[in-house]
Amino acid sequence: MVRIVVDVKLKPEILDPQGRAVLGALGRLGLSGVSDVRQGKQFVLTIDGEVTDEKLAQINHIAETLLSNPVIEDFTVQVQK
Amino acid sequence: MTVDTVGQAKESPVQEQPFKELGLKADEYERIKEILGRRPTSSELAMYSVMWSEHCSYKSSKVHLRQFGEKAPHSDALLVGIGENAGVVDIGHGWAVTFKVESHNHPSYVEPYQGAATGVGGIVRDIISMGARPVAVMDPLRFGDPHNPDTRRVLTGVVSGIGGYGNCLGLPNIGGEIVFDPSYQGNPLVNALCVGTMKHEDIHLAAASGVGNLVILYGARTGGDGIGGVSVLASETFDADGPAKRPSVQVGDPFMEKLLIECTLEVLHSGLVEGIQDLGGAGISCATSELASNGEGGMHVWLDRVLLRDHTLSPEEILMSESQERMCAVVLPDKVEEFLAVCKKWDVEAVVIGEVNASGRLTVDWHGEQIVDVPPRSVAHDGPVYERPYARPEWLDARQSDAPTAQRLARPTTAQDIRETLLRMVAAPNLAAKTWVTSQYDRYVMGNTVLAQPEDSGMIRVDEETGLGVAVSTDCNARFAALDPYRGAQLAFAESYRNVAVTGAVPLAVTNCLNFGSPEDPAVMWQFEQAVTGLADACLDMGTPVTGGNVSFYNQTADVAIHPTPVVGVLGVIDDVNRRTPMAWHEDGELIYLLGDTADELAGSEWAHEIHAHLGGLPPVLDLNKERTLAEILVAGSRDGMLSAAHDVSDGGVAQTLVEMALRADIGARVWVPDNLDAFVFLWSESATRAVVAVPRSEEMRFSAMCEARGFTSTRIGVVDSKIGQEHAVSGQALRIENVYGAEVTLALSDLREASEKTLPALFG
Repeated sequence: MVRIVVDVKLKPEILDPQGRAVLGALGRLGLSGVSDVRQGKQFVLTIDGEVTDEKLAQINHIAETLLSNPVIEDFTVQVQK
Repeated sequence: MTVDTVGQAKESPVQEQPFKELGLKADEYERIKEILGRRPTSSELAMYSVMWSEHCSYKSSKVHLRQFGEKAPHSDALLVGIGENAGVVDIGHGWAVTFKVESHNHPSYVEPYQGAATGVGGIVRDIISMGARPVAVMDPLRFGDPHNPDTRRVLTGVVSGIGGYGNCLGLPNIGGEIVFDPSYQGNPLVNALCVGTMKHEDIHLAAASGVGNLVILYGARTGGDGIGGVSVLASETFDADGPAKRPSVQVGDPFMEKLLIECTLEVLHSGLVEGIQDLGGAGISCATSELASNGEGGMHVWLDRVLLRDHTLSPEEILMSESQERMCAVVLPDKVEEFLAVCKKWDVEAVVIGEVNASGRLTVDWHGEQIVDVPPRSVAHDGPVYERPYARPEWLDARQSDAPTAQRLARPTTAQDIRETLLRMVAAPNLAAKTWVTSQYDRYVMGNTVLAQPEDSGMIRVDEETGLGVAVSTDCNARFAALDPYRGAQLAFAESYRNVAVTGAVPLAVTNCLNFGSPEDPAVMWQFEQAVTGLADACLDMGTPVTGGNVSFYNQTADVAIHPTPVVGVLGVIDDVNRRTPMAWHEDGELIYLLGDTADELAGSEWAHEIHAHLGGLPPVLDLNKERTLAEILVAGSRDGMLSAAHDVSDGGVAQTLVEMALRADIGARVWVPDNLDAFVFLWSESATRAVVAVPRSEEMRFSAMCEARGFTSTRIGVVDSKIGQEHAVSGQALRIENVYGAEVTLALSDLREASEKTLPALFG
């Protein structure tokens, strides 16, 4: 079994209301020193057998079509040993 | 980063500029040079290109839209007419209402969730900039073929976007439409309507008067939203390693918008504001040039003071950014401190970005260098105006002569056929229950919703003491407009007018959202001209002025335009919402009447569309005098307690109306086909100016006498009967139709309900 981690983040130019809210909360809690917060989401996919190029291509396809919205989000795919 | 200054523009008069990429025509570019007496700077070019776009300048529609003003009927109720952010109507007791509908079609196709969400946000800001508190929203939506997989992508995104944004704002969504037609496949229509209420003294207008007054930009920070088009300029001014591309998708933040609503209403009601303007399309370019040209003087802006989310933005991009949840206010210098304090209280960032002056020019500085120096009117109001050629398309004759006669389209001829057709029609995507969509919206938040989907109109209580309220409906059968745009627009108006009257409210004012194909196509332009003329004529005739609206062109894929879709919203007032007429009948023995005349009018009907995918013939005949009489009967019937229920007859004909009333009540009825009508025509014709009402037995004489006195046809077609199922071996409640080709049709309401309610979840759930 291999774990593949897909990180999905809003593109840098896109407004991130949730990140902004966290930043605002930091200020209210008196925790200074953070100038920006961007939130994203992480998917951990477990696959059977070896990671082949074919399987990676499939994961990329899944990430692009289902896990992320390519109009406003970027994603990265990493294989965890 | 190098900046193109006014000085440079004077020194280097000949420099190639990407005006074409920004959507400007060569002659428009020449005109800008003529106005300025030099080439524009890249910032000026950005401003002109976006303000002279079809969306902002109405350059193709202006010459026709004038009719709404020229043919406006006199109305004492109209406090603010066309031209402001939204019209304002007097509803009595010192209360005023403002309402407007706008399109957000193209963004919603690219990114359905954010496109629809920011559509709601935009129309809400239009309403608050009039000084009104938003109290309800509605969304007329149109999608492609329900079975096309892309429809699922668009519809689910749009519906969650509307729900997500509207629900977070705490605004009830009280109605609208959902229509499917293949003509919208690549061009879904997402129109958003908002209603706001205020006291007369709180009305505010967008103007920057008073030399020395300061211009404050407040709300969300400015980022690179919605400026995909301007990247051609950015690529010129940016260094080679700068960001290559900007998104054209705006992202909304409803929680910010909520703060903006409260903050704006507080500064307005505390008398801290001289003029106010929301930022929508064309952002700061639009707000500053419109404020300046509606006032009397000029304005100076320090653009580098604008608070940014993204510090790599160029001045051109800042001017054009469509970042959401921003407003612009003009404030007396000695009130600025108080204004900023209110903003701080609501956690809204605000900064003084400019000053009103007497120069007659709009000037913009960027870190001490002048980058814009223009006459503000030339940007905001004196843009190009086109008399686009228009011509009745040749293919229309063939379409209009292809009438859906009994020979052309097979009709049901037996009771069994009628039964099968009924079950199929009830389940048709356009007629099926929309609960799956509307249950994703909050309909009752704020506690003033009196009526919401699936009722004919949405109704909101405005004044708790008196029960004063307003009813709003939006309608358009675009197939009628495709057959005859003049009459189609009038029929859309008539249906909306009727839907308001059916609830017992008196129709007062009109807004519209005119969705069409490319204005460069003479056939589309003809449809537009016809629809505007039809609507303006009808509004004049009926005494309901158009208070504002929106035009959306270029809804077409390659050469194929959408059906002309002039969505008409009508607002009515009701003295006391407690006497509203609901659509569901109440109890056994109530008599069911059909008001109005039924003819063999199936062209453009839902039956022709659903069963035969046919579109041809001429739309139903419309007599506005009769429409007015019907409305008077419905309003008087409600006021004098003669009606226990009323429901408009439109899409799907009398059959659909009866099914909806029975399902809403969950009480059965016995109905018969009048002897002078063919059963099929009676059930599915879409003749205009009709409604089905339920009358308590004690009121029958009085009601019939009223209809007769007004010379309006009323036909008794049935009686409410909760035992009818039992009597005919159907379990539970039933709808029984008699005199159907010598036989009867009895359907369990549970079967009808299942057919109606399963369609949308099966397609999109």
